Parts: sequence; C-alpha cells; structure tokens
Amino acid sequence: MNGGNLEMKVSLFITCLADVFYSNVGKHTVELLEKLGCVVDFPEQQTCCGQPAFNSGYHKETKEVAKHMIRTFENSDYVVGPSGSCVAMLREYGHLFENEPEWKEKAEKLAKKSFELTQFIVEVLKIENVNASIPACATYHKSCHMTRLLGVKNAPGKLLDNVEGLDVKPLPNSHDCCGFGGTFSVKMVPISEQMVDEKVKHIEETGAEVLIGADCGCLMNIGGRINRKGKPIKVMHIAEVLNSEVK
Amino acid sequence: MAMKISDEKFFERVDKGVNNTFMRNAVVSAQERMQGKRLAAAEELGNWEEWRKLGEEIRTHTLQNLDYYLEQLSENVKKRGGHVFFASTKEEANEYITKVAKEKQAKKVVKSKSMVTEEIHLNSALEKAGCEVIETDLGEYILQLDDHDPPSHIVVPALHKNKEQIRDTFKEKRGYDKSEIPEELALFAREQLRQEFLSADLGITGCNFAVAESGSISLVTNEGNAGLVTALPKTQITVMGMERIVPTWEELDILVSLLCRSSVGQKLTSYITGLTGPKDEDDVDGPEEFHLVIVDNGRSNILGTEFQSALHCIRCAACVNVCPVYRHIGGHSYGSIYAGPIGAVLTPLLGGYEDYKELPYASSLCAACTDACPVKIPLHELLIKHRRKIVEDEKKSPFGEKLAMKGYQLAASSPSIYKAGTKSASSVMAPFTQSNSIQKGPGPMKPWTDVRDFPAPNKERFRDWYKKREKGGE
Repeated sequence: MNGGNLEMKVSLFITCLADVFYSNVGKHTVELLEKLGCVVDFPEQQTCCGQPAFNSGYHKETKEVAKHMIRTFENSDYVVGPSGSCVAMLREYGHLFENEPEWKEKAEKLAKKSFELTQFIVEVLKIENVNASIPACATYHKSCHMTRLLGVKNAPGKLLDNVEGLDVKPLPNSHDCCGFGGTFSVKMVPISEQMVDEKVKHIEETGAEVLIGADCGCLMNIGGRINRKGKPIKVMHIAEVLNSEVK
Repeated sequence: MAMKISDEKFFERVDKGVNNTFMRNAVVSAQERMQGKRLAAAEELGNWEEWRKLGEEIRTHTLQNLDYYLEQLSENVKKRGGHVFFASTKEEANEYITKVAKEKQAKKVVKSKSMVTEEIHLNSALEKAGCEVIETDLGEYILQLDDHDPPSHIVVPALHKNKEQIRDTFKEKRGYDKSEIPEELALFAREQLRQEFLSADLGITGCNFAVAESGSISLVTNEGNAGLVTALPKTQITVMGMERIVPTWEELDILVSLLCRSSVGQKLTSYITGLTGPKDEDDVDGPEEFHLVIVDNGRSNILGTEFQSALHCIRCAACVNVCPVYRHIGGHSYGSIYAGPIGAVLTPLLGGYEDYKELPYASSLCAACTDACPVKIPLHELLIKHRRKIVEDEKKSPFGEKLAMKGYQLAASSPSIYKAGTKSASSVMAPFTQSNSIQKGPGPMKPWTDVRDFPAPNKERFRDWYKKREKGGE
C-alpha cells in the first residue's frame, strides 16, 4: 500500500494512558500500521514519556525517565505513538540535557525518529487514504500539543476526509484547549471544569454522535465529562476510526 | 506589592470570576472579536511568521544591549533639553514624579493610559501629594470613576464591564442622563474630559516604545487622548518600563506594526505619536518641560536569567485574547494588573512567588499564547520554568506532590516497578469501579472525579494483549 517501499520497521510507543486505560487504542494502532505495510514491534521496557513530572517542574526526575525511554528506543528505526502530546514530550528531551552532550545527542536522535500516528502515516508513509469506512456523523477535537507543539495540523483531517461514510462536522472554537493539561485538570479544577464544559457545549452544537480525538489525555477529560453529564456522544480515538471497516 | 489588586486568595478570586456572568459574556465576545481581527490583520500583512521572527530578533538584540540603548536614549533626551530619571524602585519613581508635581505646584494631573504607572501605584502617590489625577483613556476613566476598579486587561482595561454597567457608573458619579449606546457614552466622556485637559497643570503618559537614536517616545492610541495630554499641559512626564525601547525608528516601524495588528487587529491605530523632548520655540503646542522616568522595579533582576524573554513583551495582549483560562476567570482573578499568560509569567517575577505562587499553574500549557505572541515569547515554556524554579530552587512544592513525583520517577524509569504497578491497577481500582468507570475516586483522584468520570484500568493492559498475540494466542 505504501507504493512498494521497503518494509517499514516501526516501534510502537503505546503511552501509559493507552497501555493501562485504552488498550484498544493500542490494538487498533498495531493493526492499522500492519495493514499499511509496517512491521510493528513493541519494546516492552517502555514506560511513560515523563510529561507529568516535566510539566510540574520536576526536571531531575524527568531526566531519569527520559534516559530510560531513550535507551528503550535506541535501536528503533521509527517510534510511533497514538498521542501527539506524548510524542511532543519525546521530542523535548534534548532540552533536559543541555549540559550533557552525550545524552543530548541521543535525545536528538530519538526526537528525529519519533512521530505521532497520523503524522507518520501522512508524512512518512505518504498515505492519505487508509481505506477505512465507518458510517457516522462525527466531529474532531484537535489537541493543543499535537497541533502547536508537534506542529501536526492537517494530517488527521486528511485521513478522516478519506474515511468512507464518515461525516466530520466542523467544531466551533476548535483551537480552544479542552481543559485537560495533565496536572492542571486536578490542580485547577474550577478552571478546568469551565473549559471542558465549553468544549462539550461546542461538540453538542455540531450535532455529532461521535467525538474523535488523537490524544487519550484530551479524550479522557472530554469523555469523562460527557459521561458525567450523561450526554449521548461516543468518544473514539482516531486509530480506531482509521482501522474501521464496514463490509 | 505594587501590582497587587486583591487581598483575596487565588481560588476565591477564581470562584468570583467564574460566577460573574456579566464579565464572562463580555470577555468571550471580546476575545472572539479580537482573535478574528488579529488573524485577519496578520493575513493581510502576509509572511506573518517572518515578521514574528523579525520582531523576536529586534527584541532579543535590544534586551541583550539594553544598557547601551538606555544610555543612548538618556543622552539624546538630555540633548533635546529633557530631564531623565532612572528609578530603581517604584518608591523612587513616585518620589521623583511627586517632587516635580510639587515644584510645578500642579493641582490637576491628566494621564494617558500607562500600565507601568498602575504597576507603581502612581495615582495614589500623587493624590497623597494633593494632586487631582484624571485618567483620560476611556477605559481607565470608567474604572477610575467606578471607585478605582482595577484594570482586567492590559490593552482594554475595562473589558470586564458591559455598556449598561458603564452607563450606571456615569449616571451615579457624573450625573449622566442618557442611554447605554456606546456613541452617547463616549461623547459624554469626551465632553467631561475636554475641560480637564484645558485646566491641567501636568500631563503624564506611558510609553509604548522609546527610540534610542533620537531620544523620542512613541504613543499608540485610538482615542487621541494622549495627544492632548502631551499638547496642552506645560509640563509632561513620561513613565516607561526600562525594557520599552527600540534602537532606531526603523525598528519602531516594525514593532508598532506588530503591536497594532496583534493587539487590536488594525494596520495602524488612529493615532501614533512620536515626541522628542520639550517643544521648540516655533512649535505651537507641546510641553515646556519634559521628564522621562525610566522604571526598573525588579526588571533588571530578570535580565540574564532564563526569564529574560519575558521582557521582550510589547504589551499587545494577543496572548490574553487567545487564552482559554483568561476567558473563563477574567483578568481580576490573576490578582495582578498584569493578567493572562504574560501576567502569569511576569507577575511572579516582579512580585515574587509568595503572593503569586498559583499563577504559573493557572495554565493548561495549551500554548495558544506562545503561538499568538508577535515577538515569539515562549510563554508556556516560561510557565514550566517557573514551576521548575518553585520545585527545584525554591523547594516550595507540596510534600505530597514531591513524594508522588519521586514515586513516579522510580516507576517510570524502572520497567519492573512500572509493570507491577500497572498490572495491579485494575484490581486496586475495582472497589471504586462501576460499569467501567470511576465516579468517586479515592485520595488524589478526587479532584478529577469531582467533575468527571475516570476510566477504569483495563483488566488486560495493551502489553498483555501484545504478549499473547506474539505467542499466537490471538
């Protein structure tokens, strides 16, 4: 499917959230990448990207986690994860090692070969149609770290546009954060609550029955609020949508 | 602390903010209007990213050579017959300005908009010295009449008020008897203010940028009030933060363009005034005496630190206008005259962590601010730097958090602990789980489940499934 390229060897970076809470996202990611002709492996020493500590200001602790992750993926050709935020963190490691050139170099190597799932499909595999089909009226939440830190602005839209039967409604104020922000969601509850409520309100305004996102953190936040409010909106990770087939 | 606008605790202020429906509606509509105008103005200019880069380069260069340019500015102001005073603290600034006011026997002072004079609480110092101080920027005028309500936005200080509230303030304080139609309100303010301009002894302005090569100051306004403040009174004092400077008129041109477009979505504002020293003999208007007060008030402590880029700020408020946190809590919740993302960065630097320890955390790090900044200040990264400083240098993070982070480090850098921990997650959380979600989480999970459900850990983690699959089990 990827134009006769040599086999792509891809190491899956599952992310801790998907490993523990959204294992289906991992399964769909593996199946999708294999469908697209990749050989997927899972370096099972991997843990978490370190973002909870990094964003909270615990950079000494983050360095230890970063070193572990750098070692884990040292021999991988490509590292692909189903979360823009976590991949952006992998790419951030270099800044932690300003005074340790050896580690900095390794961190930069990892940064260069790390991709978010849709970014990898569109930018590396050069595929925009994954031959998925799902009859649904949906809207898409573009995650802040994915669009602003990783700079992946168009890949998810391109792939979703080519999903048969899928009608993607534009989400009002799509640039606004959903209010997750990692520890922000528990440290600043009253603010986070207002943000997620506004997001849910905008999702409802689209009339969509499905909310699609590419980041488990955002989906956990928005989905958690949707559940709490008893709204009839299904939450799906983009990997699941792209791996859907209606026969 | 000079910037402080409230003695209430952070979460008390936030609570007031989120429950203030008037304010929130005003902020939402203003944000949406200004975001749209800003994007259109950037588009119209073209090559916006190149302009931003240029803006960043100018600010970086200027701040790296600040001592040189301040010296040059000061020499040139003096050459043109002006006076220059370097104030290292707000007290020194206020003392100098009130001394000038007393020497001139100034009874009435008119001011154009200036955040730095808010920062140093100049008005109350002048009032103590017996002067009547009149704010002439429409927004500031409204706030001053409304019992000195503090500004909630660095460009649009009365953003939190709607037209009905403004009508009521005019009615109560100035006997206004017309409607809440903005044109009528503005006309009334104009009539009121015109008399003040004509009878003022002293004019005080802020400064958008000083121009080092000519000893000039520039003022960017839409109301024209700054023109009157600098044209009519015999004495003019301009107060500037020490970083508000450009080397030459060429850089001024670029930064003013970035400022107007980013701030209010205009190519240029209605009035952009450049003033150089006191008036010449053949000038028809302008002050006979000109003073430039350059305020440090904590800024030089930021120079040479990891936070230096915060001083690149040109006060356009683009970051404020895109911030989802500001959108919901409003400017007053920040407790500082500097609100929004730049406020959350700058306020703890100028005012210390003691009073403002929550501000670096009042952000989801969505980076909308960083994206909007016309001089590319990495605002969300500076917030993380604050957090790092609080944790690692100041050692002021909560004990429980420190412990949790230590535990996190152990688990996330040791696969065996990580695997054991995640394996047990499902059974540990089982007592709290109902139909695949957790509605009332224990301990540290409680803040989350107070407003949203938490997903139950999967009985079979991804890695378990993968292992089975590898062995051919699936």
